[in-house]
Amino acid sequence: MRLFDLLRFSLLALRRQRFRSSMLLTAVSLGVAAVIVLTALGEGARGYVLGEFAYLGKDTVVMIPGRKETTGGMPPMTGVAAHAITLEEMEVLQRAVPGITALAPMVLGNGPVSFNARERDSMVIGTTAAFFPLRDLAIAQGSPLPELALGEGMQVAVIGQTLKEALFDSGRAVGQWIRLHDYRFRVVGVLAGTGDSFGADLSEAVFIPVASAQAVFNVHGLFRVMLKVRENHQVETVKSAIEKQMQALHNGDLDVTLISPDAMLSTFDSILRVMTLGVAGIGAISLVVSGILVMNVTLMSVKQRTAEIGLLKALGAPASQVRTLFLTEAGLVAAAGAVLGIVAGQLLVLVGRQLYPDVPFATPAWALWASLALAVGTALLFAWLPAQQAANMEPVDALGKK
Amino acid sequence: MIDICGVNKTFTLGDSTVHALNNITLQIGQGEYVSVMGPSGSGKSTLLNMLGLLDRPDSGRYSLNGVDTGTLDENERARLRREQIGFVFQSYHLIARLTARENVEMPLMLAGVPARERHPLVAGILDKLGIAGRAHHLPNQLSGGERQRVAIGRSIVMKPAILLADEPTGNLDSRSGKEVTEILETLNREGITLLVVTHDLSMGERATRRIRMVDGAVDSDLNDEEAA
Repeated sequence: MRLFDLLRFSLLALRRQRFRSSMLLTAVSLGVAAVIVLTALGEGARGYVLGEFAYLGKDTVVMIPGRKETTGGMPPMTGVAAHAITLEEMEVLQRAVPGITALAPMVLGNGPVSFNARERDSMVIGTTAAFFPLRDLAIAQGSPLPELALGEGMQVAVIGQTLKEALFDSGRAVGQWIRLHDYRFRVVGVLAGTGDSFGADLSEAVFIPVASAQAVFNVHGLFRVMLKVRENHQVETVKSAIEKQMQALHNGDLDVTLISPDAMLSTFDSILRVMTLGVAGIGAISLVVSGILVMNVTLMSVKQRTAEIGLLKALGAPASQVRTLFLTEAGLVAAAGAVLGIVAGQLLVLVGRQLYPDVPFATPAWALWASLALAVGTALLFAWLPAQQAANMEPVDALGKK
Repeated sequence: MIDICGVNKTFTLGDSTVHALNNITLQIGQGEYVSVMGPSGSGKSTLLNMLGLLDRPDSGRYSLNGVDTGTLDENERARLRREQIGFVFQSYHLIARLTARENVEMPLMLAGVPARERHPLVAGILDKLGIAGRAHHLPNQLSGGERQRVAIGRSIVMKPAILLADEPTGNLDSRSGKEVTEILETLNREGITLLVVTHDLSMGERATRRIRMVDGAVDSDLNDEEAA
């Protein structure tokens, strides 16, 4: 049988059972649309998260005390390591490694911050003026932390927008004195907007000079250090220069971990890719369910057209041809449903993009092809059994049935 | 060309066994015009299905044009049906969604004959059967006689050697029945071997060879040409 005749014959058969065919079409297209939309969501989430991390910039390196090799696990995020990173070492680093253009040490703490009768438990970040441009944080009122020598403390603070509203309402914060434990700090600046990152809301934080934070929390080692690589310097080269310098400072032990955003991004990227595949898999389940519907409809079709099958056999159609006819019908509906589903899915993705312009919803090309192939594949797979049943009918039995 | 020898076929209906074909031995030559008559349940249709390779005998031998059909697999039997045998059924068995022309075309389509070769062939047959004007009508727009003519057109489009007709006039009024009978006889005169199963005595009597079956066995087998 020629392909054109086969397709025409199948289309006529499908048109004859319009309701059934359209039900099937709907089921398959829903399944495909689900795959399309879910992968778009996954990809959107990936794009969104990667975008959130992009503030670090490709030329920023984060140094954490400790190392996987020395502790045997993940590099400790807590700042507890055999060798603490100290401010003195950072002064050496700044002088010795010419590839570093800016350096922002961080000491992290939590404490009650109060103004008059109001008090909030806040995250306190001890750092330097370099921190704000490095993290792309803008100042709404006042000024950032003053440029100080690393070891120099000062009773000044920058506070986040949310904290400012909590303590001062709409009143003026800059110039006021706030209290943190037994220390008093004069507010010099307020951060603009909110900045979610690493699950911490910086708009609820207090920023004070790093040496002051060491005094307040009575710590010596740094929580982590952010370093900016000078333009025209290779990140990797500067990274190894820093490592070498830190090793020399730590009596020959390499006991710090340096993370560049590239490495971090690629880790997140692969995690989120797996997540996308996971949700695509959930969508694929609905396609498999529609496959079961294909099987039922084909089974019904075979039962209803038994006499026709008998006739085809009497006219000399071999079993394989009868099977092909029914498989073609199932395949055609699935393919048409898939195309419909792709169109519907893409429309939904478009709507989503209008509603949430921040999230880069997009269906990757592979998802389009995979959902099409999966739809047709499952349809053929599930139609195989009933089609085979038709193919194996005895012509005389089939002809006798109405 | 048709040579069956000691063929048996039994059916089980509930707990009783029906001997539909009881040790039948029969030879039919090229170009013969044979009618098979007999009461209901005498095995006429079973014989026809057997000859048309739609059914397999329980025992016995059937050779068609020297080919022992017992040794063939289902695909080879399908090919023999396609190339050698045409069927005409009482209930026409037309495909309702296809036009008259497409129904006649069906065997050619299944055989993979390209459209441009099919069309002149089918047009010639429709013309010959007097239904050229109805080519683009669907079966439900045709009269019974026209439907049966379409079915006959379909049965001869592959130029088979044998035409097997099971009650071809059974659903038709007498005038249409007569027309259909005449068409079949014309085809027989042109060389096709015609075997008609019928209840209709007037039709059965027209055949040159008349087989009467009772209880799955050949009761009588009269041949005008032998008598003459």
